Amino acid sequence: MRIGIDVGGTNTDAALIDDDGKVLATVKSPTTHDVTGGVAAALAGLGATEVTAVMIGTTHFVNALVEAARLEPVAAVRLGLPATAALPPLVDWPVRLREVVEGATYLCHGGHEYDGAPISDLDPGELRKVAADIRRRGLRSVAISSVFSPVSAGSEVEAAKILAAELGPGVHLSVSSEIGRVGLLARENATIVNAALSRLAERTVEAFGQALRVAGIDAPLFLSQNDGTLMDVAHARRYPVLTFASGPTNSMRGAAYLSGLSDCAVVDIGGTTTDVGILAGGFPREAAGEALVAEVRTNFRIPDVLSIGIGGGSIISSDGTAGPRSVGYRLTEQALVFGGSTLTATDLAVAAGRAAIGDPGHVSEVSYAGPLKDIEARVAEAVDRMRTSSAPLPVVLVGGGSILIDTLPGFTDVRRPDHFEVANAVGAAIAQVGGEVDRVFSGPREAVLQEAKDEATGRAERAGARTGSVRIVDVEEIPLAYLPGDATRIRVKAVGDLDLEKINA
Amino acid sequence: MREITEDLLDDMARGAGILGTGGGGDPYVGKLLAREAIRRHGPVPLYSIDEVPADATVVPISTMGAPTVMLEKLPAGTEELAVLRALEAVIGRPATHIVPIEIGGMNSLIPIAAAAQAGLPLVDGDAMGRAFPEAQMVLPTLMGVRNTPMALADDKGNTLVVDAVSNHWAEKIARAACVRMGCQLSSADTVLRGSQLRDGLVPATLTLAEDLGRAVRLARAAHSSPVGAALAVLDGTELFAGKVVDVERRTTGGFARGTARLESSHGALELSFQNEHLLASRGGRTVATTPDLICVLDTESGEPVTTEALRYGLRVTVIGAPCDPRWRTPEGLELAGPRYFGYDCDYEPLAGRPS
Repeated sequence: MRIGIDVGGTNTDAALIDDDGKVLATVKSPTTHDVTGGVAAALAGLGATEVTAVMIGTTHFVNALVEAARLEPVAAVRLGLPATAALPPLVDWPVRLREVVEGATYLCHGGHEYDGAPISDLDPGELRKVAADIRRRGLRSVAISSVFSPVSAGSEVEAAKILAAELGPGVHLSVSSEIGRVGLLARENATIVNAALSRLAERTVEAFGQALRVAGIDAPLFLSQNDGTLMDVAHARRYPVLTFASGPTNSMRGAAYLSGLSDCAVVDIGGTTTDVGILAGGFPREAAGEALVAEVRTNFRIPDVLSIGIGGGSIISSDGTAGPRSVGYRLTEQALVFGGSTLTATDLAVAAGRAAIGDPGHVSEVSYAGPLKDIEARVAEAVDRMRTSSAPLPVVLVGGGSILIDTLPGFTDVRRPDHFEVANAVGAAIAQVGGEVDRVFSGPREAVLQEAKDEATGRAERAGARTGSVRIVDVEEIPLAYLPGDATRIRVKAVGDLDLEKINA
Repeated sequence: MREITEDLLDDMARGAGILGTGGGGDPYVGKLLAREAIRRHGPVPLYSIDEVPADATVVPISTMGAPTVMLEKLPAGTEELAVLRALEAVIGRPATHIVPIEIGGMNSLIPIAAAAQAGLPLVDGDAMGRAFPEAQMVLPTLMGVRNTPMALADDKGNTLVVDAVSNHWAEKIARAACVRMGCQLSSADTVLRGSQLRDGLVPATLTLAEDLGRAVRLARAAHSSPVGAALAVLDGTELFAGKVVDVERRTTGGFARGTARLESSHGALELSFQNEHLLASRGGRTVATTPDLICVLDTESGEPVTTEALRYGLRVTVIGAPCDPRWRTPEGLELAGPRYFGYDCDYEPLAGRPS
């Protein structure tokens, strides 16, 4: 049996799944300020202790960045001189966040050209001086970036060794080639964010483990990553930034699992918003280009999600329009069905007989037909904007607010699977492990494609995937513009089933 | 004369991205370079072509190489002054003005950084009126102006001055050096006298980029159509609006080439691109070709879609905008028409601005 937990801003959801993949029990409890209280309550609610693994998806780390709170000041060390000096680290950060995160920035020699040749030699003496300055400033988190480290990580690895030896084990080091892809500023930004979260990650992962022990569970713990794959506790401690987009990913993967579909639109309706995404081959379609997270440019691959302001807690205005204002987690005090005085979308659903929540007697006078029809039309329009062809597209509804929807105009196949309300927790529980390669290759096409695929497969296996279960789920080739020759940027993603024996070994 | 200040750069970058017709490189790095240079050295004076004295020495400064490389290997910040000084040493007189070589993509913003660093004013115009991939594809070539001596510099401090028998040869030599020097160079070439600007430049294109970027931003803020706003500023034609349903890329002849198919309930459009979008056709019939501008915009946001970012499922609007009339001459078409890029079709002028 496995337990999947989704720690959201409002609710902590959990699902217990047996070895055949059947959902045995689910529970929803309020998220607590310390995060772990909600996890402990959810575990207690499920009541199972004989489990093989616990998977947690959390927005805790991205929230820390958005709030500019609980962050550690970072020493940002970049290798690449004399190149890159025109735009030093943190150059385009919002001032408020930069003030919190900037400990010191250093430009050093090292780094590589696009083909792996060195730009300049790494200078150990220079790095030892940097280490002395970091120590003098009392900084305990370091982010190291190096030009073209996704092509050749040599400079970064060497510099990390020197700095680790100088600074000792109490100082955290984040290395950019392990975190991001080609695009120096965006990758470096993500690395700096990761370093800033390092102390919080240690505390949080420790607290999750404590919650498990209190619940009497002795099983390995995993955290969900942006792409819907898992990382173990040791990895999560080192790479908290890789959890940033796990929320929508988990809910979409859970929807795929519960509905048995791998290609469909997923509509996740929560208390305040409706998120629409597209699943292709069982994985979320990813957004193009660079993503701004708390106004910081990063190049994470995050799911392409369209959000509209309609949810179960949406306030219905006098003209019958739902949202964007919502009563949020106060639904159980303010909605009519709970004896409150605010007409919410949930009241409409209860009045229409689509859900049995609270006291239907309070909404017997509510005219629901027009407003519900309008909600369905707006959600259908959002799905239509996300679809990529006119071919029939099944739509899977999940999330507590999905009771608002009965039919969607223009879509004939609309389903709401069992356990729809905890699809995100199910998505966490069923996650696999993956490996990815994204860099510039040169050489004959077939040979470099195979090289990239082998590398991605090897990474998935090292991350804990069962040998033989790994398959390639995505291949992207982009020949570089304005560059004669055969240099091509290749991105390959491989995923496989979690091999618990490998993890425990 | 007016001044380019930091607050204008976002609009200029957005407009330059659209004028890049799918290429020219992401203006983001160029914008940051210009912003940092203005913060350090102050605003840059911008003169219209009419305001430049006849004996002025106007130097186009640009970068050459793969935009993907520039996103990773940021410049040292010394390259622009290095090429300027190397060129001045060869021509034997100091530059008085800087000008962009092209208005599309990052090369429209790099000269702002160069002018700020050099303490020189900038000329409002450029030598293409759009973006093109090769150094000889500039209006001065049509006037018989040589792009050599051409000064090149890399981020490591290497400089090189090319003297060549033709503008095409200078391009070939520079491109080969570029690959060996790390795929990212700064270039100062195609020096113009003030008296040559009227024939050698498309006027007021930095202002056009700014107007375009502003119009798109304001339309978005007002929840009106950003694509419509871009069309109005460009005096363009909407060629097609639909979804990308297929993208095919291959590397031939040393350059990335590709085609994309767009579909909607009103039919389909075929888009051919190399570094830029070069050809649009419907049912085998050409509807727009280089040297006219073919801009692909995200239908929702009005953001430009580069050839590298084209992918299945994007909802885009393709707009055509007329090129500078000098490109429509036989000499202009020989330099930058569809046949130069290997397409077996003749140029079909777009409707729009009278040529």
